[in-house]
Amino acid sequence: MDAIQTVFVQEAREQLAAVEEGALRLEQGERDAETINAIFRAAHTIKGAAGSAELPGIERFTHSLENLFDRLRNGEVAVSADLVGVMLRGCDHIGALLDGVEAGNPEPDAALAAAGAAICEAADRIAAGEAPGEAAADPEVGSEPAAGRCESGPEGRAVANDCWHVSVRFGRDMLKNGMEPHSFLRYLEGQGEIVRLTTILDAIPAAEEMDPETCYLGFELDLRGHTTKEAIEDVFRFCRDECTLFILPPRSSTVSYVTAIQELPEETMRLGEILVRAGTLTAEELEHGLAAQAAQAGRGEAAEPIGEILVQAGVVQPEVVVAAAEKQKQVSERKAHEARFIRVQADKLDQLIDLVGELVIAGASATLLAQRSGHTQLVESTSILGRLVENIRDSALQLRMVQIGETFSRFNRVVRDTARELGKEIELAITGAETELDKSVVEKLGDPLMHLVRNAIDHGIEPAADRVARGKPAAGTVRLNAFHDSGGIVIQVGDDGGGLSRERIHAKAVEKGIIEPGATLGEREVIDLIFAPGFSTVAEVTNLSGRGVGMDVVRRNVQSLRGAIDVATKEGEGTTFTIRLPLTLAIIDGFLVGVARSSYVIPLDMVVECVEMPGGTGGRNYINLRGEVLPVVRLREQFEVEGSRPARENVVVVRCNGAKAGIVVDVLQGECQTVIKPLGAMFRNLRGIAGSTILGTGEVSLILDVQALVSIAAADEGHALEEIMKVA
Amino acid sequence: MNAIVAAGRPMVPAVPPGVAGAAAMQAGDASHLQHLTFSLRGEMFAVGILNVREIIEYGNITTIPMMPDFIRGVINLRGAVVPVIDLSARFGNGVTEVGRRTCIVIIEIAADDFTHEVGIVVDAVSEVMEIPAGDIEPPPSFGAKIRADFIAGMARGQGKFVIILAIDRVLSVDDIATLAGAGAKALQLEAAAA
Repeated sequence: MDAIQTVFVQEAREQLAAVEEGALRLEQGERDAETINAIFRAAHTIKGAAGSAELPGIERFTHSLENLFDRLRNGEVAVSADLVGVMLRGCDHIGALLDGVEAGNPEPDAALAAAGAAICEAADRIAAGEAPGEAAADPEVGSEPAAGRCESGPEGRAVANDCWHVSVRFGRDMLKNGMEPHSFLRYLEGQGEIVRLTTILDAIPAAEEMDPETCYLGFELDLRGHTTKEAIEDVFRFCRDECTLFILPPRSSTVSYVTAIQELPEETMRLGEILVRAGTLTAEELEHGLAAQAAQAGRGEAAEPIGEILVQAGVVQPEVVVAAAEKQKQVSERKAHEARFIRVQADKLDQLIDLVGELVIAGASATLLAQRSGHTQLVESTSILGRLVENIRDSALQLRMVQIGETFSRFNRVVRDTARELGKEIELAITGAETELDKSVVEKLGDPLMHLVRNAIDHGIEPAADRVARGKPAAGTVRLNAFHDSGGIVIQVGDDGGGLSRERIHAKAVEKGIIEPGATLGEREVIDLIFAPGFSTVAEVTNLSGRGVGMDVVRRNVQSLRGAIDVATKEGEGTTFTIRLPLTLAIIDGFLVGVARSSYVIPLDMVVECVEMPGGTGGRNYINLRGEVLPVVRLREQFEVEGSRPARENVVVVRCNGAKAGIVVDVLQGECQTVIKPLGAMFRNLRGIAGSTILGTGEVSLILDVQALVSIAAADEGHALEEIMKVA
Repeated sequence: MNAIVAAGRPMVPAVPPGVAGAAAMQAGDASHLQHLTFSLRGEMFAVGILNVREIIEYGNITTIPMMPDFIRGVINLRGAVVPVIDLSARFGNGVTEVGRRTCIVIIEIAADDFTHEVGIVVDAVSEVMEIPAGDIEPPPSFGAKIRADFIAGMARGQGKFVIILAIDRVLSVDDIATLAGAGAKALQLEAAAA
């Protein structure tokens, strides 16, 4: 796959998403012109780009879809469920074709081609449904040939030849941009037969000044075929911004030829001669055109836009000009869009963030040295530097932040299709779509979310009859929600279905041999069994869920992102899965604490306050925080640090999972910027430590996984109590 | 480099083919193979020089809580966080006592298509030694007090045997991760197995 195709595939996927989104909007009843136009534009872009990327399969298929969209746009067909169905199937098919291109098979195999043909046929049928008279029209020549319309105008005489005339001067940087003139010609042949072709070499400088990587070429060519101005413009779409292009319909007036000739960089007479010699114009026609032009100029009309001249001259129908003008508008819109976004390779961004991480560490070390030196001015300047580094860090991390909405909206389609397949009526409610999180997290979140959503639809929401019997609305709701919470992001997937049945989970776990038949488990523990490997409550394997990817995989995926997953359920009312993730995997603000000779980092966002450890707590692991009972984790005990406690200990109050807890440490060392360095595969089973970081002193410090620490402490205490019970 | 060259006596060791193959694979096909030798509790060990990245002074180790003894902790190696393994403890001989000549040898091992850097704590590094393939004996079936699969071969030199370590197995990431996860309990099992 060459570079153009790579770019094409990426762009086409984005456009495809736009088509799909539009189709779903249509289905939901938003049938305004803007939606339909957006669909048409996106399909059109795919088609044009596919042509330039030399992927005729995709081009052909998109073309037939585009015909349908065109009719839709013109109000010739009405929006119907069938129509949306065909659109979505078409999108899937293009997606499959793109997969093929990525896999290195630009031409679809037989099965895919057959599927494509079926969709085309369906599209044609729908297109024909409202306009039966035109059903027989060949989809390849969907738009009426413009040839017949271009009658000679009253002012300019029409030229005798019946070909489209195309003048093109390519941009200088075209070759450097990876495009070659030849492929445009080849593609142009798809629109008709090239009758005459003159290559314009006038721009080539003397040999010693010539840059072999610069394109100096231009073409004057005549094309015979049933096509439209827009279609020809499309051929040059990829270089449109750079090249000079004139397209004159067959039998254009001599005036328009002359206007075009004058607009081109070469000298008027020289170009005129070339055209005469090539047989595009006769000498007499050229002279007539020049005369007519001169007469117009004399009347002061030359300043009129070329489009109007053409219309006045009756050369082109107004609608052709409108189409062209719209086209230009689209191009400028697209440009504006491009100005707001720059496509950057992800690894370049990663490299930047790595460098910023090194900068943070180096900065911390400089600050430390400055403080030790006691040189006031030096301290001041390093603190300014430190602040700037902090700003750079935040901006750099911001670059990778994306809104989760894009990920969420993908599920519109999933919910729609899955619900149809199951014959359920389900709505997707999305909230918090504007919540931002790191791109690398988003990418890895897709699979777990997909699984949870499918589970909710398949297992969660009951059949409509059951719902009505329970007094719930017949249509089920799947909710996707996201929000920020103490330095992390929380993503919830909920449904208003039947909830999890403890008895069934218990029975299933016994059947699968996950627990002993007589085991007595707490409520929570039973529910947590769904995360056990090899657990699935539905007997038959549907193709929706139960594909061997169980909840255990979901949990593992979430944990690999340093996150946690939790489930809340109420029988008869629904289930909500809550995923908590750190905002970023790169750099955080940390709070440095010390225990014995080691120092540890607590993510600053989790820290609520710090208090002195009150004396006389005895052996109990809770303290009185202004009348509140605060359970504490003694890091010394948890980490089995040798040596005795210092006289004064401190408690860092942290918030996790919506609850507060205390972490007892020896000393508080203050805030620090923390570049997260993973501990590597050797420590993958380590719990309670989220990673490591390098301090300004060059020492490695460990980052505490507060949530895991708290749950380990809770579990340890539980086990200890059990032991005591057994002994008793 | 005071390489020890075998005293001309041509020898065809009666090596079981499997072991010889393993030894040859460990060190490549050249007949003279360079090894870094070091001492650990008075015994000499060697690792293939191609695995050795650098040797650094012992110090600045951050201990990791809740880990078995043989994981000494992590160090900052020019911005990378590298785990440090106590070889003596890994072999079940107790934790290395840090002395004047104690140092950390940074080893590169390949696992799962990635190259991992791991530091090992040794009592003292001695020399780079060229060991002719012919001078490598198979490991004894027992008696070395080290798991047999940790030993790639035994090299004769200066009247003593030098144990050539199969370092990728000694520092197997999967193995260590499992042990690290199971904590101290696993260490006892490990010691029992050794």
